[in-house]
Amino acid sequence: MVIKMIATAAFYLFSIILLLSALRVITASNAVHSVLFLILAFFNAAGLFVLLGAEFVAMILVIVYVGAVAVLFLFVVMMLDVDFQSLRQNAKSYIGGGLVFGGVMLLELITLYFAWADVQPTLVAEAAVVSDITNTEQIGQVLYTDYVYAFQLAGLILLVAMIGAIVLTHRRRADVRRQKVADQVYVKREDVLEIKEVKTGQGIS
Amino acid sequence: MSPDFVNIYLMPGLFMLIHIGILVGAVLGGVAYLTYAERKVLGAMQRRQGPMTVGPFGLLQPIADGLKLLSKETIVPTQSNKPVFIIAPMLLFMLALVSWVVIPVDAKLVLADINVGILYLFAVSSMGVYGIIMAGWASNSKYAFLGAMRSASQMISYEVSMGLIIVNVLLVTGSLNLSEIVTADRPLWIQLLLFPMFIVFLISILAETNRAPFDLPEGESEITGGFMVEYSSMSFALFFLGEYANMILMSAITTVLFLGGWLPPFGIEALAFVPGIIWFVLKTCAVLFVFLWARATLPRYRYDQLMRLGWKVFLPFTLIWVVLVSGILVYTESLPK
Repeated sequence: MVIKMIATAAFYLFSIILLLSALRVITASNAVHSVLFLILAFFNAAGLFVLLGAEFVAMILVIVYVGAVAVLFLFVVMMLDVDFQSLRQNAKSYIGGGLVFGGVMLLELITLYFAWADVQPTLVAEAAVVSDITNTEQIGQVLYTDYVYAFQLAGLILLVAMIGAIVLTHRRRADVRRQKVADQVYVKREDVLEIKEVKTGQGIS
Repeated sequence: MSPDFVNIYLMPGLFMLIHIGILVGAVLGGVAYLTYAERKVLGAMQRRQGPMTVGPFGLLQPIADGLKLLSKETIVPTQSNKPVFIIAPMLLFMLALVSWVVIPVDAKLVLADINVGILYLFAVSSMGVYGIIMAGWASNSKYAFLGAMRSASQMISYEVSMGLIIVNVLLVTGSLNLSEIVTADRPLWIQLLLFPMFIVFLISILAETNRAPFDLPEGESEITGGFMVEYSSMSFALFFLGEYANMILMSAITTVLFLGGWLPPFGIEALAFVPGIIWFVLKTCAVLFVFLWARATLPRYRYDQLMRLGWKVFLPFTLIWVVLVSGILVYTESLPK
């Protein structure tokens, strides 16, 4: 009973913070604050995943989105001199498209809500198959046996994206002197140092 | 109040609170005496005495330092972004503490024995970079910002190879649970196989905690105090505590992953009568000594050298090692079930 109560309280806590911070992402005047609220939103979503018993997904959400994606986001927002005020002024021209997009998503959610009553019994029946394999192991087994080709394909797409990003941003500058670490390591004493016997009063010619 | 409620919720809850209190107290005490140990070790390596005046052998020096920091004035720069400026040190310090819940200091002596313990550690440590970026940005000072940028890129770079090293360990242990990682069967050849990873991990945690020789984010000669240059008094103390708590944490993780946690060293059965927690603390201290040793011995890296080491040396090396270890495990059919 009590544990159920705690879980419910935690659910409402996480979801309220999630919604509030999601709201602040689009209303905050400072872009860096927006990103920080986005991170808070991600973090609370991870909390919701933990409540669902999907601890692996929660951890991956934090590691990938909070730990990597949002850091780059923050970097870009801090480093690039984007004038967010002027962007905000133009925001009105996007309002039609935004409304259509949001409307479609809302419609989908509503459909899902009404379909849930039909779907839920079968889902519960499937989830009830108890096994001693942990969640994480289960995901690994499904991912690397049943869906191995799709998984590898996704990896290849990411690789292509990575190569594309490198090709687009890489430039070879001729005016920079590059260090060759191997050359530096292979320098011998004889190459750089010459020992001379200096006689008093004569010096080195 | 029914007896059920007391037995099932209240007592374990109280026990957990006491456990948390002891854990936090131990970490903070460890931090205090790590600073003392650092000054003593550095002193010994530089033929000085280190702190000697406060208390016998200067043993009360950390307390005096703490009181001094507390009694100073907290300064918040007028041009700073105040909420972020104040939250940043708290975040950093909190993240340094919350990781401890999954660290098994002895058999069964762990606050949260979760199945994805190592992922949890990785998730929390990947968040640590926010405390630093927020501090650097909110200070509205170029030195702080440069320090934060350096620190962030450094932590991200070394996290990648640390992740791959952890994958190596997971391959031979077959579990994400930290207690199971400690107790997993490790024959000698597997330990030899993991030894290079241990060395790379040791170097990576130096970089991850911004310690010498990778302490560029706070390189005094270039960017004064780095990301914490604008902080004073308690907010500075939180950064300081967070940095040292992170050092202890990273040493504890190294102990769990590579040094057998609470088990007696080298698998000597005769030493099993010593409580596991003592072995755990001793092993952690041994790793911590490496931190201090490196600080006393090695000059600071140049920034491009640091990046080169992370991306061009450690990353390919650990990646190849993952392939090698998994290949060997599959070939010898010794993958954990």
